[in-house]
Amino acid sequence: MENYADSSETPAAPYPFPDERGRYGDFGGRFVPETLMAPLQELEKAYEEAKTDAAFQAELKRYQRDYVGRPTPLYHARRMTEHLGGAQVYFKREDLAHTGAHKINNALGQCLLAKRMGKTRVIAETGAGQHGVATATSAALLGLECVVYMGSEDMARQRLNVYRMQLLGTEVREVRHGTRTLKDAINEAMRDWVTTCRNTHYVLGTVEGPHPFPVICRDFQRIIGAELRSQLAARDMGLPDLLIACVGGGSNSIGLFFEFLGDSSVRMLGVEAGGAGPETGRHAARFAGGVPGMLHGAMSYVLQDRDGQILGTHSVSAGLDYPSIGPEHAYLKSVGRVQYDYATDREALDAFQLASRLEGILPALESAHAIAHACKVVPKMDPEQVVVVNMSGRGDKDVEQAARFILEGEEV
Amino acid sequence: MNRIEQRFATLRASGTRAFIPYITAGDPTLARTADLIVELDRAGADVIELGIPFSDPIADGPVNQEAALRALKHRVSLHDVVDMVREVRDRTEAGLVLFTYYNPVLAYGVETFANDAAAAGVDGVLCVDLPPEESEEYKKLLDAHGIATIFLLAPTSTEERIALVAERCSGFIYYVSRTGVTGARAEVEQSVHGMVDAIRRCTDKPVAVGFGVSTPEQVREIAEYADGIIVGSAIVSRIGELGDARDMPQTIGAFVKTLADAAKSVK
Repeated sequence: MENYADSSETPAAPYPFPDERGRYGDFGGRFVPETLMAPLQELEKAYEEAKTDAAFQAELKRYQRDYVGRPTPLYHARRMTEHLGGAQVYFKREDLAHTGAHKINNALGQCLLAKRMGKTRVIAETGAGQHGVATATSAALLGLECVVYMGSEDMARQRLNVYRMQLLGTEVREVRHGTRTLKDAINEAMRDWVTTCRNTHYVLGTVEGPHPFPVICRDFQRIIGAELRSQLAARDMGLPDLLIACVGGGSNSIGLFFEFLGDSSVRMLGVEAGGAGPETGRHAARFAGGVPGMLHGAMSYVLQDRDGQILGTHSVSAGLDYPSIGPEHAYLKSVGRVQYDYATDREALDAFQLASRLEGILPALESAHAIAHACKVVPKMDPEQVVVVNMSGRGDKDVEQAARFILEGEEV
Repeated sequence: MNRIEQRFATLRASGTRAFIPYITAGDPTLARTADLIVELDRAGADVIELGIPFSDPIADGPVNQEAALRALKHRVSLHDVVDMVREVRDRTEAGLVLFTYYNPVLAYGVETFANDAAAAGVDGVLCVDLPPEESEEYKKLLDAHGIATIFLLAPTSTEERIALVAERCSGFIYYVSRTGVTGARAEVEQSVHGMVDAIRRCTDKPVAVGFGVSTPEQVREIAEYADGIIVGSAIVSRIGELGDARDMPQTIGAFVKTLADAAKSVK
């Protein structure tokens, strides 16, 4: 496996992760209290069955096409390309998926799975609110009861999404503990699930958590990269040179990258939230400031103090404001297959502004981190090269924040 | 045989049950925790569980979460608790169990932790989010130092899992009496007796029941069929109310005595 980074084979066959213990090399696994072991085993079994069930897959495909609006467009950002003066810049438009972000891919898949398992209730955590909205939407579509946990800080900065969830018939439960952000929303969702697992499925929103959550989420998000490959082929473009995506838990990035892991010529870059800068301690750049540890059921990189207490994080973007990172990313970094960097709050806000003015696209503040990185590397590349940035979500939810920090000039 | 195994063997020979209180280490301070340990021992505790404060305690209800936060305000760490055990060890012969989340142990280094904990006189460790499947290396290291590795079983545990835990567990098996987080509940669930019997068919290791147990009546009910009874939140919430009051350990000791007496009243 060490040689995988140099392999030119397609990812499906030789890629052995996760293994039967849910490990990605040294990362991942299933570290949960005993009460959750049986429900996780039940979920693993149900998912394996659904994966090979033609009827389930057909139903998922139908919803993806008729309800989500897939495939999402591949858009050549000509004015951005001209402005940056290097490689050709393309956006994979996940922001145009129903509910405005890639999150619907996973939420819909997991809600269908929940229904198949005979569960009547779903719960979810949310940071930026996009996963909460996607789960609330899928639950409404499929007639499931839905409760979403959200930190009070995130509720304040993503008010619009709170209203959306409530209008969709979901109960939003405010989490006032700890840092009052995504981490604490996950704690609370797990406490709910440990109590209600017999009738409830936990729709975990990213490639995090105990096995099999990271692989289920990855599989539902793989469609992003798979579509990209056929869209490029349809334009006779061959392989992209560089893929860029932001990384909170890491679901939109793994969704974009996974298809191309075996194509050694394709470089990949994950962009974490640099917040005020890693040197300030106010950030969420796990690879810049974290060490291996265990949070929320998986071994990965974790921002923690030397006693093993989890540190608070900071980012202008609620969706990236999380102290750990999906275990598969930790693995992909350890073998050097994917590079990781960060963008600061300020850089992300500048990129938000640039994409809005040059392309008429308000990106989610999360996605703006990926654009910020593109701004740094694209000018150093050649015009015949192709960079695809995952536009993982739209910025409507962020206009209040953006107005404060961009229009009114408030300090981040 | 370490203190926990010894104690259960003695109790079993005399036909009585173990009473196991849980307190959060460092709430309100580690010095008070040491005094509390001595009082709990005096009140009839056979084994004492010391909760290691953790920033993200997903298995705990609000009472234990708040206690952990109080302890974390003055940065009580796993190192500090091990040091405190070393100091209190010559004042008590009760079995001392560290009830912790896994990440603080990982940050400590499992091997160093096993060394230090054994040297300090820790008798057992329960990592609430470390299932037996992930515990091979951990168990090997703790076994080598004679520290009991306690694992949980729950209402959702299958027969296969009961067998696995029964095999890996030492000291005692901790049966979680209901699906959910720690915290007092009004009633003992109907299914507990049946599950304890199911565990017994699989092993003769002692089975203690906890999560949600808070009154002498509940303790007495469970003492009819289990080897030990664990009470946590009901004690922790009282400690929270009393805070640093001068006679806090004695007041808590008096409450714990009513629970321990209830456990011992059943033969």
